[in-house]
Amino acid sequence: MLTFVGLGLYDEKDITLKGLEAIRTADVVYAEFYTSPLGGKRVEKMEEVYGRKIFILQRSDIEEHAEKVILEHAKNQNVVLLCGGDAMIATTHVDLRLRAIDMGIETRIIHAPSISSAVAGVCGLQNYKFGKSATVSPPYKEVISEVPYETIRANKERGLHTLLYLDISMRIHEALVLLEAVEEKKGEEVLKKSLIVGIARAGSDKPIVKADYLPVLKNYEFGELPHVLVLPGELHFLEREALIKIAQAPEDI
Amino acid sequence: MATRGKKAVEKVKLLMDKTERIRNIGIIAHIDHGKTTLTDNLLAGAGIISKELAGEQLFTDFYYLEQERGITIFAANASMVYDYKGQDYLINLIDTPGHVDFGGDVTRALRAVDGAVVVVDAVEGAMPQTETVLRQAMKEYVKPVLVINKVDRMINELKVDAQAMQIRLGKIIDKVNELIRGMKKDKYEEWKFDAAKGNVAFGSALYNWAVSIQTMKKTGIGFKDVYEYCNQENMKELAVKCPAYEAVLDMVIEHLPNPLEAQKYRVPVIWRGDDESEIGKSMARCNRDGDVAFMVTSIDVDPHAGEVATGRLFSGSVEKGKELFVSGTYKKDRVQQVGIFIGEERVEVDKIPSGNIAALVGMKDAIVGSTLSTVEMVPFESIKHYSEPVVTVAVEAKSTKDLPHLIDVLRKLAKEDPMIRVEINEETGEHLVSGMGELHLEIITYRIEHDEGVPIIASPPIVVYRETVEEKVGPVEGKSPNRHNKFYFELEPLGAEVVEKIKTEGITVGKDKVLLRDKLIEAGMRKEEAKNVVNIIEGNVLVDMTKGIQYLRETMELIQEGFEDVMLKGPLAREKCRGVKVKLVDVKLHEDSIHRGPAQVIPAVRNGILAAILLAKATFLEPVQDVFISIPQNLLGNVTRELQGRRGQILDIKTEGDMVSLKAETPVAEMLGFAGDIRSATEGRALWSTEFAGFKPIPQTLFGEKVMEVRKRKGMKLEMPNVSDFVS
Repeated sequence: MLTFVGLGLYDEKDITLKGLEAIRTADVVYAEFYTSPLGGKRVEKMEEVYGRKIFILQRSDIEEHAEKVILEHAKNQNVVLLCGGDAMIATTHVDLRLRAIDMGIETRIIHAPSISSAVAGVCGLQNYKFGKSATVSPPYKEVISEVPYETIRANKERGLHTLLYLDISMRIHEALVLLEAVEEKKGEEVLKKSLIVGIARAGSDKPIVKADYLPVLKNYEFGELPHVLVLPGELHFLEREALIKIAQAPEDI
Repeated sequence: MATRGKKAVEKVKLLMDKTERIRNIGIIAHIDHGKTTLTDNLLAGAGIISKELAGEQLFTDFYYLEQERGITIFAANASMVYDYKGQDYLINLIDTPGHVDFGGDVTRALRAVDGAVVVVDAVEGAMPQTETVLRQAMKEYVKPVLVINKVDRMINELKVDAQAMQIRLGKIIDKVNELIRGMKKDKYEEWKFDAAKGNVAFGSALYNWAVSIQTMKKTGIGFKDVYEYCNQENMKELAVKCPAYEAVLDMVIEHLPNPLEAQKYRVPVIWRGDDESEIGKSMARCNRDGDVAFMVTSIDVDPHAGEVATGRLFSGSVEKGKELFVSGTYKKDRVQQVGIFIGEERVEVDKIPSGNIAALVGMKDAIVGSTLSTVEMVPFESIKHYSEPVVTVAVEAKSTKDLPHLIDVLRKLAKEDPMIRVEINEETGEHLVSGMGELHLEIITYRIEHDEGVPIIASPPIVVYRETVEEKVGPVEGKSPNRHNKFYFELEPLGAEVVEKIKTEGITVGKDKVLLRDKLIEAGMRKEEAKNVVNIIEGNVLVDMTKGIQYLRETMELIQEGFEDVMLKGPLAREKCRGVKVKLVDVKLHEDSIHRGPAQVIPAVRNGILAAILLAKATFLEPVQDVFISIPQNLLGNVTRELQGRRGQILDIKTEGDMVSLKAETPVAEMLGFAGDIRSATEGRALWSTEFAGFKPIPQTLFGEKVMEVRKRKGMKLEMPNVSDFVS
């Protein structure tokens, strides 16, 4: 059996009791952190709290050698795969699950909070008003993906909020510079006119949530990773109040 | 000599401004036909070296290796002044190397000149390289005059009589004319050689004499007298009465065009921009007050001044402090110094006007072939030459303290000589240097050790192969490691004509898509493919046949990178590919860019293409050379044995008297060490030369062996690669 266990938002204590049970009854415990940042998680700490040895997998272990590294063992052992956030938030885990199913291996998911559900609460926006998400990835040879920018625009046209994931090592400042470059190239003003919410270390004891316009946010110190961005669409009055009170948005939004 | 030199410099400075009295010329010939010796005669005539030494000094062979070996390796520049009918003329001369290993220099030198002195050996007649360099000259619209050299040998060695001598000379002229007619029909009537017209001279550069119809009129010394002088071995007197430089330089001034005349018809040929543009008109008129247009034909690195860019100034004037755009870099460099060449010396001057050959210091971003200009302009066409560096040595510094210095030295050498390819490997310290042939590499390693003072260990030379496909396959799928993206490729052979055209014309993917499409269609590609070519590398093309795939634009750069990776390191033994047409026919992409980054797309593309190459019947191509040998008849057997032992194919045998000249095609790999072996097989009596003749498929029987040989050298697994190594 292959059990996908979500570790939750920030540190080793965000796991669910079900998840912990799964770890304690497993034959092998793997973890991967390349799809989701480590945040406040420390492997040694996790091993201490969970009482099990944890084997860290590299990307190639899952993408290229999953059969040998994971699936073969899961045929007749209880294998647990830990990952940050929710167990199934990374698309590659879906792929892995499908391969397990093809091999006749039983699979199970133990969910945990993920930034995609926590984000609404963290900044006071309403969950059902989020549109499509996108990731801001580092440019390659000066080619900046326009997908995040287009996603914001498409969501805004329908009055929806946009959650932007940032590349695992990317800071809010860098992401805004990239988005700005796309805006400049297109000669548009979506970003310039939009309120933006920056969120750092959601789920930790000291999260930062700050809403403001581009010039302020670009120079705001958000501290340690992980970071995400939200670009709100049309605001309900309750959302407006929440952004001002929770995220220190300017009074005149 | 110092005062003589100084006086010459003053005269040169005066004449630079008198454009109608300038001649920019090159001297071209088959190896050993006597170009450098003739050059020395001309310099002696201008008072730059003493007349007594001419013929022996090899002044322009200033590189000691050149003097040691008695051949010219690099194109050197010299400006000189010649008094013709009471008026001074400025002759800018570029001496071009004759050995085929240095063919690139010849082509570049020709772009800078308007006229060429073609030197042909009276005994050997027009030889293969005469044809090669003449063809290059014709392509560049460089007008020729002819010097038939070593006439004394014809008399003293072949023992022909005066009448037979004239007949033979006539035949040589006919042969060269035939070549010109074949190459340049439109200019044939105007340019053909005719002793009566005065564009042919006959002489002996070694003994410093020459005659032409003009000198015969002036001195009364005709062929009969020449014959007598030679027969009586009294060429010293002949040299006094009919000095070689006079006959040749008179001919140069009378028959070769000045820059004003030449640029009118040459600019449209060597420059592809708009003839009606300001810069186009300025160049055609050789307007010294116009914008600057300069083409770099060589770069030397001077220990004091840094990079020195030499070339032809087609328009405008250059002086210190001027800022010039460097084509292809979007950068401007400031001219720190302008100069002219007298022999090996670069002499600084204040200002050089259009029409001259100039040396510019401070052009640190320029490379050979760059266009330098005051306004942004269409660059001169990339310089064409067919030869490719196919012989490689690995070099490493003997002492670890030289490691960083060796890298600098190699980069510098590569900058100076565009026919060298250098691959730096900082990890292992073992760098690969590729050149045109064994001799070329010998010279490079010699320069590293002796000029640059870096003791090195050089491996024995090895030959590079190319990987190619013989069949059509596809679509073959390449999947990204995260399995979120899929790429589908069809592969087929690109076709020899297309590859050759790409190589000889230097076709690359630039901004002008229409021009690229037209060139590729002309080369033989179908229109619907030609218009979708997105990358060309090493004679391979990537064609994007997909339509309307979302996010593909954001991914194309990565796809090209994967493609280039494979083309530079094929599946068989990580040799470069050649002649592979890769068609991207379908793509499935994840919409979020984080799932289609470099780590996903590049391996997907790479593995897909690698597998497809194997499926399309991958094979090796090996470089081949044409070998031209002339030997006494009784040694023919020894030579053919030598060639057959090297998988050589004899293509042609001609007999003249007791001499035989033959042409053969031989794999370059088998030619390593040929110089020594042919010398001992013929008691040193063979005269031979080689020319790069492209890549040919390796015989099936040798395929496996050669692949393993390369894999072993590179430390790869000693197994033939399988499709399953790359895709599952």
